[in-house]
Amino acid sequence: MAPDRPSDSTDTVVGLARTLRAAGVDASPDRVHALMSALSLLDPALRADVYWAGRLTLCSSADDVRRYDRVFAAYFGDRPAALVRRPVAPAAQLKLVSMSAGDEGGPAPDTDDEASAVPAAASRTEILRYRDIASLSASDRMLLARLLAAFALPGEARRTRRTTPGRGSTVDRRRTLQQLLRSGGEPVEIATRVRRLQPRRVVLLVDVSGSMSAYADALLRFAHAASHRLRGPATEVFTVGTRLTRVTREMAHRDADVALRAIAEAVPDWSGGTRLGDLVKHFLDEWGQRGMARGAVVVVLSDGWERGDPTMLGEQMARLHRLAHRVVWSNPRAGRAGFAPVAGGMAAALPHVDEFVSGHSLAALERLAALVAGARDPAASGHIRPIVASRRLAHA
Amino acid sequence: MELSSPGELAEALDAVGYLPDDGVATAAYLALTMRRPLFVEGDAGVGKTALARSLAAVLDAPLIRLQCYEGIDAAQALYDWDFPRQLLHLRAVEAASHGDSAGTSADAARLEGELYSRRFLIARPLLQAIETSPCVLLVDEVDRADDEFEAFLLEVLSDFTVSIPELGTIRADSPPVVVVTSNRTREVHDALKRRCLYHWVEHPSFDREVAIVRRRCPNASDRLAAEVTAAVQRLREEDLLKPPGVAETLDWTEALLALGAQHLDADTATRTLGAVLKYREDHDRIARGGLPHLLAEAVGGA
Repeated sequence: MAPDRPSDSTDTVVGLARTLRAAGVDASPDRVHALMSALSLLDPALRADVYWAGRLTLCSSADDVRRYDRVFAAYFGDRPAALVRRPVAPAAQLKLVSMSAGDEGGPAPDTDDEASAVPAAASRTEILRYRDIASLSASDRMLLARLLAAFALPGEARRTRRTTPGRGSTVDRRRTLQQLLRSGGEPVEIATRVRRLQPRRVVLLVDVSGSMSAYADALLRFAHAASHRLRGPATEVFTVGTRLTRVTREMAHRDADVALRAIAEAVPDWSGGTRLGDLVKHFLDEWGQRGMARGAVVVVLSDGWERGDPTMLGEQMARLHRLAHRVVWSNPRAGRAGFAPVAGGMAAALPHVDEFVSGHSLAALERLAALVAGARDPAASGHIRPIVASRRLAHA
Repeated sequence: MELSSPGELAEALDAVGYLPDDGVATAAYLALTMRRPLFVEGDAGVGKTALARSLAAVLDAPLIRLQCYEGIDAAQALYDWDFPRQLLHLRAVEAASHGDSAGTSADAARLEGELYSRRFLIARPLLQAIETSPCVLLVDEVDRADDEFEAFLLEVLSDFTVSIPELGTIRADSPPVVVVTSNRTREVHDALKRRCLYHWVEHPSFDREVAIVRRRCPNASDRLAAEVTAAVQRLREEDLLKPPGVAETLDWTEALLALGAQHLDADTATRTLGAVLKYREDHDRIARGGLPHLLAEAVGGA
């Protein structure tokens, strides 16, 4: 940034974009270029014009807009004529951004790109712990391979509005006309199309709270295997503890080691408490009701220990149950002898769960994978029917 | 129409009954001058579709609307062949040539050329938009379509040409003004957003919303407009499954007007609550949790 450079505004804009990238907004060069041409059409001396030009060209989601607002305020401060004055060096700004985020009571550490953490209620004390994930051992690789095999099943199907040639009732006009032409207009067999089937979306909510810490690794491996099933729409993965974190993007890496390391960095609430009810609600408000949970197979991997009010969890599970095609709850403690789902949260959630299965061992996870991937035979999937579980509850 | 600043566009939009804030005016102005599609995202009922309609009115250009839904494909979005007419034509040619010697292969080729000519082509919204100049193309609720369609849309939006194998390439004289809306039921692919200007629409401020109600429901008194708006804005602060949008504010005002209400009180509000709250849980919660109190708070503050 030499002071005598003619295009002072270019430096400023590039600096702004760099700061935005550090805050997780994908302000790519082509977007910066768009911002420059937008500014040439507006008045770069007006703060509002600079603000809107930047927001319209550099952002691409509501989350981006929130980050942009924060960065813009920190970057330009209270200076009125935004592009006339020199900005502070971006490196110094970077700290400012994350600090101001904490001050606002927003997500404390600005997490990675897609992993948008949800702030917990201010009054509650949270234990935020980042954790290390050990590299895959040979036996882990075995586990992964077996899970992947289980996920190779076609998955529960949903009839889509797309069609494909086949024996159906809809006439395939194009093909029929072509055949007619070929036969010189003589009536021929009418070509038809059928609706295509597609596997349903799978959404996983993985509990990473303290009571689940013994299982977290295995469950995340499971989630990774689910993310890489061959067919169907992408599997969405969220971690649940004191916060809800979307880790779908982190799961995308083919190498489970790399993916899990990325998740370890993105998830701020390892081994803390559980606020299942709040977080299921948050999931439904932000993603589920908008469409992610609609017609999907939703799997909750949790022991059902709820620190908050169990009634809230019950209500939210009922809501989830109405939206989703099927709700599966996998409880690692359910495999133990003498288990009864009496933990407040578990008992409240159980009436709104289609399948209640154990998840304590590799074999159990394998069965769960098969269940998620479409196996419906109760004997094959080896699950406890909710009704059986509630009878046990009565005995207890 | 020549527009030289976002302010002028805002006035023009105002004149056709749409009251934009700075963000919307700047976004629309840049979309027009930079010739980029405008990607508008926001909660249901904040006026995304209305923006496209008003832009068309300002530009005095036709609005061509493509409503997206799951499974929408090129035949429904771009073009299709008129099958029944093609069949009729085929039979007619047959009948005319009956009695002649058997058709040669040259005849067959000519016939095929006829069947796939422009007059048997049905232009769907995207092709219409490419052939109509100027026009405003509204791609509504793109989040309802699937990934395959998004990729296809991206291709059309990037160069506004359509190649039809049987006919050749059709190119737009000047690219249409494109408004793409999304309710955010799922994340739209980055590649599509990158082609566009992105605008996130918030609920309007109190004053602006009152002005919108006054404009769209001219029969409502100042008092009614202010009270309904205050109540709706108060409802948005509640933790509802579906917070009401501007569309609901207008519906509610209409409903109250239909009942002959001059102002908002607990009784009329309870009877017409269905115009604002569309979930039983929300309805119960507000009706049970002290609607009169909430109203008193909102209306008292207005």
